[in-house]
Amino acid sequence: MCTVCGCSEGEVKIEGGHEHHHDHSHDHAHCHDHHYGKGPAHAHAPGLSQARMVQIETDILAKNNEYAAANRAELSRRGVLALNLVSSPGSGKTTLLTRSIEDMKGETPIAVIEGDQQTANDAERIRATGVAAIQVNTGKGCHLDAHMVGHALEHLEIANGVLFIENVGNLVCPAGFDLGEAHKVVILSVTEGEDKPIKYPDMFHAADLMVLTKTDLLPYLDFDVEKCIGYARRVNPKIKILQFSAKSGEGLDEWYGWIKASQMMNKIGN
Amino acid sequence: MHEMSICESIINVIEQQAVAQSFTKVKRVRLEIGPLAGVELEALRFSFDVVCKGGLAEGAALEVIELPIDAWCMMCAEKTEVKQRFDACPTCGSYQVQITGGDELRIKEMEVD
Repeated sequence: MCTVCGCSEGEVKIEGGHEHHHDHSHDHAHCHDHHYGKGPAHAHAPGLSQARMVQIETDILAKNNEYAAANRAELSRRGVLALNLVSSPGSGKTTLLTRSIEDMKGETPIAVIEGDQQTANDAERIRATGVAAIQVNTGKGCHLDAHMVGHALEHLEIANGVLFIENVGNLVCPAGFDLGEAHKVVILSVTEGEDKPIKYPDMFHAADLMVLTKTDLLPYLDFDVEKCIGYARRVNPKIKILQFSAKSGEGLDEWYGWIKASQMMNKIGN
Repeated sequence: MHEMSICESIINVIEQQAVAQSFTKVKRVRLEIGPLAGVELEALRFSFDVVCKGGLAEGAALEVIELPIDAWCMMCAEKTEVKQRFDACPTCGSYQVQITGGDELRIKEMEVD
């Protein structure tokens, strides 16, 4: 069990110590005897049920939200803009990140938290650029949660810069988990279907920015950009949209501009 | 597998409550879930049984109260209900509809021993 927060979250592994290897075995003893005399109603008559209704009215994700709030406070204290990058697997998140880091690292401190089910391959790709990266393997999980990100943050010394959190490639589950980020950025490559925003509306509704990537391939594809933007606005009228190619670099200036503007807004306190 | 971690969160809440409200066995758990919570109920039921094994909620019945998507239609200036995000108002057909509820994911109550 984690001595910091008492967590026991399955097979999650965070690089740099604090490995979560314990399985969810409920190793504490549970008493299955019914001690009627000790119950809340103090009924001593054997056979009289102590069953009662306990009103809870608790949000199931309340715990995640508490961790997210703590992360947000810590990020704000350090003056860090955190961006939660979400997409399907293979949309080019890591390629976009390595390119962005190469272009931006002279101007602002950058750190990366990499979420994947297994392997530290992506963190190694990021480290090759000279920027600190922590790999979080979610094991059986399909998304990063605020608790994992909080622990990863402890291992990163980033301040007054940008923290990219590359979520697990999945357009469903990460939508529901606040990590303490300033913005969710949903990445959609033009080699995917243009109707993804309405196929996975929760994610496009939760995101503040949609980026269409791999636009250098558009001449070879049937992807209808206007239709895609229309779908995205249908599920999220406020969503901002950028289009670029991380390979050719076309359109990337707007992406860097958006990041700088977000950093500024974040400093002011939004 | 998202439902699995939601069930683990439910177990966390139950274990905290077991200490706070001194009970040792959970017989029934009643949840309130809105359609926009992103939860597949069948997967949730399956995961719930798996995650509860060996704990104080083993064998507990899971009841789900499915909540509607509450909305406010600005044209009708009245409360309404829609079927999904950014549906038109079922009364007047306007798209000027604000969603006011439907993303709930709550443990309402439990029957305990």
